Amino acid sequence: MLKLPIYMDNHATTRVDPRVVDAMLPYFSEKFGNAASRNHSFGWEAEEAVEKARGQIAAIIGAKSKEIIFTSGATESDNLAIKGVVDFYKDKGNHIVTCVTEHKAVLDSCRALERAGRATVTYLPVDKYGMVDPDEVRKAITDKTVLVTIMFANNEIGTIHPIAEIGKITREKGVVFHCDAVQAIGKVPVDVDRCGIDLMSLTAHKLYGPKGVGALYVRSKGPRVRLTPIIDGGGHERGMRSGTLNVPGIVGFGAACEIAQREMTDEAARLVELRTRLQAGLFERLEDVYLNGHPTERLPGNLNLSFAYVEGESLLMGINDVAVSSGSACTSATLEPSYVIRALGIDEELAHSSIRFGLGRFNTAEEIDFVTERVSGEVKRLRDMSPLYEMAKEGIDLKSVNWKAD
Amino acid sequence: MAYSTKVLDHYNHPRNVGSFAKDEENIGTGVVGAPECGDVMKLQLKITDQGVIEDARFKTFGCGSAIASSSYVTELVKGKRIDEALAIRNTSIVQELNLPPVKIHCSVLAEDAIKAAISDWKKRKGMAPAEEKKSAEG
Repeated sequence: MLKLPIYMDNHATTRVDPRVVDAMLPYFSEKFGNAASRNHSFGWEAEEAVEKARGQIAAIIGAKSKEIIFTSGATESDNLAIKGVVDFYKDKGNHIVTCVTEHKAVLDSCRALERAGRATVTYLPVDKYGMVDPDEVRKAITDKTVLVTIMFANNEIGTIHPIAEIGKITREKGVVFHCDAVQAIGKVPVDVDRCGIDLMSLTAHKLYGPKGVGALYVRSKGPRVRLTPIIDGGGHERGMRSGTLNVPGIVGFGAACEIAQREMTDEAARLVELRTRLQAGLFERLEDVYLNGHPTERLPGNLNLSFAYVEGESLLMGINDVAVSSGSACTSATLEPSYVIRALGIDEELAHSSIRFGLGRFNTAEEIDFVTERVSGEVKRLRDMSPLYEMAKEGIDLKSVNWKAD
Repeated sequence: MAYSTKVLDHYNHPRNVGSFAKDEENIGTGVVGAPECGDVMKLQLKITDQGVIEDARFKTFGCGSAIASSSYVTELVKGKRIDEALAIRNTSIVQELNLPPVKIHCSVLAEDAIKAAISDWKKRKGMAPAEEKKSAEG
């Protein structure tokens, strides 16, 4: 039986896997100890659980346990990586290389450093698929560059960057490479050594773990990466991140990684099949639909489409029993259309018309079919109401119109 | 963001959607907004020689509030004289639809659409154009 509403916004967050919840529960009740309590069994029990989770998380990215630093989430990890490196290596240089489609946690950390006069930043463009060119990274690196920060996969359009190639360049140039891999972990294989990654941001809630817990991978050898902490206190996490550890959250994060690592291959294949079914169904029923992002180098669960002549927020309103998101200005806090979609160089109108379908572990083929019908029906209804559709049908080139707007 | 009942009603059951036939007379058409801004409204008014709005049609590319604003305006102007229609302010649209502050521009666009449609009708009738409202490229 189809249950409404349908959740198809798995890039925003994911439902905690019931197996993860089961693993976490004892750590709210009988196993409530503080992992930093060194003198009694409550503390030891908590510490043991944290260390097990650290190992599970390290395993999914090919790292060592001690290279995992727990944080409150990926926003904190991004802040710690960027601000921590820039501060620690301030005698070496002050230049950062990043890319225009990064997450706000990365872009705003960079901007904060620029404003404070602590760094200069190069924001690399992306191609029409949202991919950064490794050669551009190479060219942007100067003798003042202390950090390159490029995400593994984009949260809106799902494009996977050529991370291993970038890692080769940063290694060759001796520059620290940070990668926000939040959307990629558990979805596609990620290996810090193979990709030459020195710092990596992770979060639990994008891979069926709980919210409020994340990690920063910090390379310990070849080279050892150093950071200045941004939170001071009791010196937890090898002095890099003070604060009592969120033991239940960390246990859940570990369990989520273990499940993801075990099931990733099958799950990715299943999601690609569902996504193909959704895309094919929509393309079959509708004309003038455009794919945003890379056709093949993309996250298995990501489908980002622009439905020309239809504004995204109005489409979301029409399919209110399906949870997806839009790059439309009206759905953003800034009232600007998605900067990621705009960076692709497509028509601005298509940014307003974009919808992100984020497929995940709990979506079914039946849901895909429902969403296909629901979305195509609503797009047709809204196109019948759209002056742009009417003009396009009459053969008017929308770009030749002299629009008057306040 | 939660939508008001009236916005939802107009969005789900828009009034007077469509366009008048190309050969129909006494029609004034106003197109306001721009695709890159995410809002385009087309409002058509059928106006008698006595200057009374007999009928109205709209088509809108935009968010639910933009669709609702234009739908509501088609109801509001019907039966009004053009001077009465020109006196409609966006604030009455905001009030009727209970639009939140971020959606006020939808009501402004709807007000502009009325003015643009009447101005177009006047031009077609060979009357002096209404005072040109300031326009800026969006």
